[in-house]
Amino acid sequence: MAIYTKEEARKIMEKALSFSKADACEVNLNGSESGNIRYARNTVSTAGHRSNQTLVVQSNFGKKSGTATIDEFDDVSLEKVVRRAEELAKLSPENPEFMEPLGPQSYDESITFSEATANITPEYRAKVANSSIEPAAAKDVTAAGFLNDSAGFSAMMNSKGLFAYNKSTSANFTVTMRTNDGTGSGWVTRDYNDISKFDAAEASKIAIDKALMSKEAKAIEPGKYTVILEPAASIGLLGNMFGAFNARTADEGRSFMSKEGGGTKLGEKIVDERIQLWSDPLNSEVPTGTWNGSGQPLKKMKWIENGVVKNLSYSRYWAKKKGVEAVPFPSNGIMAGGDASLEDLIKDTKKGILVTRLWYIRSVDPQTLLYTGLTRDGTFYIENGKLKHPVKNFRFNESPIIMLNNLETLGQQVRINGNLIPYMKVRDFTFTSLSDAV
Amino acid sequence: MKRREFVQYAGLGAGALMVPSLMLGNNISAEALLAPGMDVAVKKRLADVALNTAKSLGSSYADARIGRYLNQYVFTREDKVQNVVNTESFGIGIRVITNGTWGFASTNDVSENGIKKATEQAVAIAKANSKIQKVPVKLAPVESYGEVSWKTPIKKNFKDVPVSEKVDLLLSANAAAMKNGANYVNSALFMVNEQKYFASTEGSYIDQDVHRIWPTFGVTCIDRGTGKFKSRQALSAPMGMGYEYMDGLDSEKLDGPAGIKLYRNSYDMVEDAALGAQQAKERLTAKSVEAGKYDLVLEPNHLGLTIHESVGHPLELDRVLGYEANYAGTSFATLDKWESKDFKYGSDIVNLVADKTQVGSLGAVGYDDEGVKTKKWDLVRNGVLKNYQAIRDQVHMIGQNESHGCCYSQSWNDVQFQRMPNVSLEAGKEKYSVADMIKDVEKGIYIAGRGSYSIDQQRYNFQFGGTVFYEIKDGKIVGMLDDVAYQSNTQEFWNSCTKICDESDYRMFGSFFDGKGQPSQVSAVSHGSSTTRFNGVNVINTGRTI
Repeated sequence: MAIYTKEEARKIMEKALSFSKADACEVNLNGSESGNIRYARNTVSTAGHRSNQTLVVQSNFGKKSGTATIDEFDDVSLEKVVRRAEELAKLSPENPEFMEPLGPQSYDESITFSEATANITPEYRAKVANSSIEPAAAKDVTAAGFLNDSAGFSAMMNSKGLFAYNKSTSANFTVTMRTNDGTGSGWVTRDYNDISKFDAAEASKIAIDKALMSKEAKAIEPGKYTVILEPAASIGLLGNMFGAFNARTADEGRSFMSKEGGGTKLGEKIVDERIQLWSDPLNSEVPTGTWNGSGQPLKKMKWIENGVVKNLSYSRYWAKKKGVEAVPFPSNGIMAGGDASLEDLIKDTKKGILVTRLWYIRSVDPQTLLYTGLTRDGTFYIENGKLKHPVKNFRFNESPIIMLNNLETLGQQVRINGNLIPYMKVRDFTFTSLSDAV
Repeated sequence: MKRREFVQYAGLGAGALMVPSLMLGNNISAEALLAPGMDVAVKKRLADVALNTAKSLGSSYADARIGRYLNQYVFTREDKVQNVVNTESFGIGIRVITNGTWGFASTNDVSENGIKKATEQAVAIAKANSKIQKVPVKLAPVESYGEVSWKTPIKKNFKDVPVSEKVDLLLSANAAAMKNGANYVNSALFMVNEQKYFASTEGSYIDQDVHRIWPTFGVTCIDRGTGKFKSRQALSAPMGMGYEYMDGLDSEKLDGPAGIKLYRNSYDMVEDAALGAQQAKERLTAKSVEAGKYDLVLEPNHLGLTIHESVGHPLELDRVLGYEANYAGTSFATLDKWESKDFKYGSDIVNLVADKTQVGSLGAVGYDDEGVKTKKWDLVRNGVLKNYQAIRDQVHMIGQNESHGCCYSQSWNDVQFQRMPNVSLEAGKEKYSVADMIKDVEKGIYIAGRGSYSIDQQRYNFQFGGTVFYEIKDGKIVGMLDDVAYQSNTQEFWNSCTKICDESDYRMFGSFFDGKGQPSQVSAVSHGSSTTRFNGVNVINTGRTI
C-alpha cells in the first residue's frame, strides 16, 4: 500500500531525522497509486498501473546542501539515505541563495481526498473507455481517449520542527472524437478530485456532437473576431499569464511585469476592471493541498482585483533580499465569472466565433506575453445568436493581456485542469492564418 | 504547473527548457556514476527469468529491458552554481504478447522473484485487455542476433571529467556573456548515459551503452529606460557524443554571415556566450521586420526544428493511423497520399531520410528497444513521399514486412513505442556555399537558431521564430532584424525549397526532450541539413504595443 496515514508517515520521517548529523535536515515522503487506460481507433491500446513511494532527504551544512532519495524505509535504509544526503552536501558548492528550512507552521485541513477516486478499479476504467467507444461507433465516429487517476499522500518534516501532511486524489479524462470520413473532430476534457461527479457518457456525447457538428467546415478570412472562449480554450493563455506573476523576473527587468524605467507593475491596472483572479486551496470545486514544497502555508490570495495587479509571487530567498513577506506561487487559479451560460453568450452574439480549445500554444514574445497556437476540435461561426456553421481552424497570435482588456462578457465558471475559469466573450481576438487541420 | 516549477528551478526562463521530473531518478554522487553496472552474464540470466516466466504463462512473445539510466545536470546563473544533479535509475521493464494482446509491467526489484512477479502482472494486464482487443497484435519478423553489444563512439566519457571542470566551463561562459553586455545569463549542461540490456524470445541479447550531451545557455539584455528586454539562446546542438563535444575545436567552426559563428561536431561555449550577449544587445535596437513575403535562408540549427515538426512528426505511422489522435494529433500525410506514389511533399531537390545509425546523432543506436538492428531509409525522395516510420507491430499495416527499427522507451519504467528516428535533409549535390546563396537572394531573411514554434495537430499550418535574424537585400546582409516569425503550410513550404547548400555546410540540430504518448514520454532526436533556401514565405511582425 503506497498511501500512508499521517501517523505512519510521521513515524518514518521522525526516524529518518533522528539519524541526521547536519546543520539542518528536511525530509519529504510521498506515495501514490495511479492507473490509466488509453484507447484509440475505438479499441483499448494501453493500460497501466503504477505504485510508488519515495523519501527525499535534504541535508545542509551552512549554505551547502545535498539531496538523496530512497524507496525503502527500514532503519538501515533510512540511515543510509541520510548519510548519502550529508555526503553530497559536503561535496556540493555553496549556494548563495540557500534558505534555512522553515520552523513549525500551521496549515488548514485540505479537502482534496475522495474515497471514490481512490477506489477506481481497472474494470471502472474499461467501462469509461466503453462509454466513449460504443456511442462513437454507433455514430460512425472514432474515439481516442485517456483516463488517468491517482491517489496519494505527501508529507514533510524537518529538524526545525515543521510537519505537514496531505492526502489527495485526482482524475483526468480527455477524449477526441473524429468522424470516420475525417472531416469532423470534437473533444472534451474533465478533471476531478472526486470521480463520483464524472459521467463518462455525458462527456463523450459532447465530443461526439462537436465532431458531427464540425463536419465540412467552411473557410473564413483570418482577422480580428469576437470570440466566445470555452474555459478549455482560455486556460492555456491564462496559465501563461499567471507564470509572469513572479516578483524576481519582474524586478530584474525581464518580464511583462517589469515597468519601463525600473520597478514592477504591482498595483497597476493591466486588464479590464471586471477581471478578478485569486487562488484558494479550500475552494470546494478546485481544492488543492494547503502547503507547498517549501513548507509554506497556502492561503486564499488575490492576484488581480478590478483589473489591478494585487500580488506577485516572492520566493523565500527573493522576499528576504527585498525585505518583504514571501508569497508562495498559487496552487490553483480562480477567475470570477457571471451568470450567463454558454447558450446565453451565443444568443447575445451577432457575429462571432465559438472556440472549443486552443492548442500548441508557444511564447512568441515574453515582453508582451504574445503567444501563438491554433484552434482545434470544434470551431463554429456564430451569426445572429446562433451557431451558423463550422469554420476551418485558425492560427492565432494574441496576448492574454490584450484578450482580457477586450473583454465583453464573463459567463459561468467551469473547472478546468484544477482551475475555475469562466466562459468569456472577447472582441478583436487576432487570428492570423487558416489551417487545413481537422 | 509542474513544468513551470522545474523551469524556475533550472533558471533558464520560461520556454527555454523542459525536463520531466521522472528523468531525475535517485540522487547519487558524481563518483558513483562511475561504478560499473550489473555484469552482462547476470543480466542475461535475469532477463531469461522474465522470458521463461512469460512463456510458461502462455505468452507468444516477450521482451525484457534491464536499464540503468545515469544523468548528470549542472545549472548555473551569472557567477553562481545553482545545482549539480547526479542521478541513477535502475530497473526492468517486461513486455509480453498474450492472447494476441500487449501487456507491460516494470519493477525496480531486479531479483528473480521481483522479475517473476512483474512478468505475471504484464501477462495479467494482457489477458484482461484481450477481452476488448479487436485485432490481435502481429509482429514483423526480426533476425535473432544472439549476444551482441553496441556503444556510442565517444572519445571522452562525461563521467571521467570532474564536476569542477564542468562548473568552471559554464561559469567562464557566463563571465564572457556578462563581459559582453549581458544583464543576466543562465547556463546548463545535460549529460546522459543509458545502459540498456535487451532480451527477447526471438533469441537476441543486446547490451548497449548510449551517451548524449547538451550544453546550453540563455542571455538577456535589458534597456531599463525603454523597459525592453531581449534574449539569445545558445547555438549549440544536443549531440550523441561524449564530453569531447565541449572541446571547441576550430576545425569544427563555421563562419556565418554578419560575424556569427556556427558549430558542427565541437562546441565553443565561451565564444558563443560572448557573441550571444553582443547579439542580444543588438536585438534591443534592431529594425522591426516589415511583414510580407521573403525568400528565407535557413541555417541548419534553425531548420532542424522545422524538419522535426513538419516532416518528422507527420510521418510517424502511429499518428497517421490515429493512435495519437487524443494527444499529439493525426497527420495530413494520409495513407492514400503515400499509396498514390506521386504525392509531392516537396520540390524535386528535397530528399529527406530517416536514419538511426548517423554517427554523433541523438537517435543513433545499434538496435532499437525491441531488438531490431537500426538502419537508414528514405522518407521523401526527389520530393515524393516514399515511406513512414514504423515498428514491428505496425509495418504490416503498410504492407511491409521489416520493422524500421525506431522503437524507443525513455526508461525501463515505461513501455516502448514508435518514436521518431533522426530525420534529415540531404545536402545539395553541387558545390554551393552559404555566401553563394545569400548573393543570389534579392529580398530575404537569414535565420539562425531555434525560436518559438507551433504547428497544428495534422501538421499543415506552422509558425516558427528563430534565435537571430538578418535582412538580405540585393545579395547582401544589410543588418539585424527583430520581431520575425514565418507562417506556412507544410506542403507549400517544402515545395518552395529552391536551393540547398553542399555537404560542407551540413550540421545537426537536436531536440533533447521530444514529447509524445499518454502518459507522455520524452526522446532525443537529431535533424541534419545544410543551409536551405525557401522562396516567397509569409513573414509576420510579432511586435506588439501594450
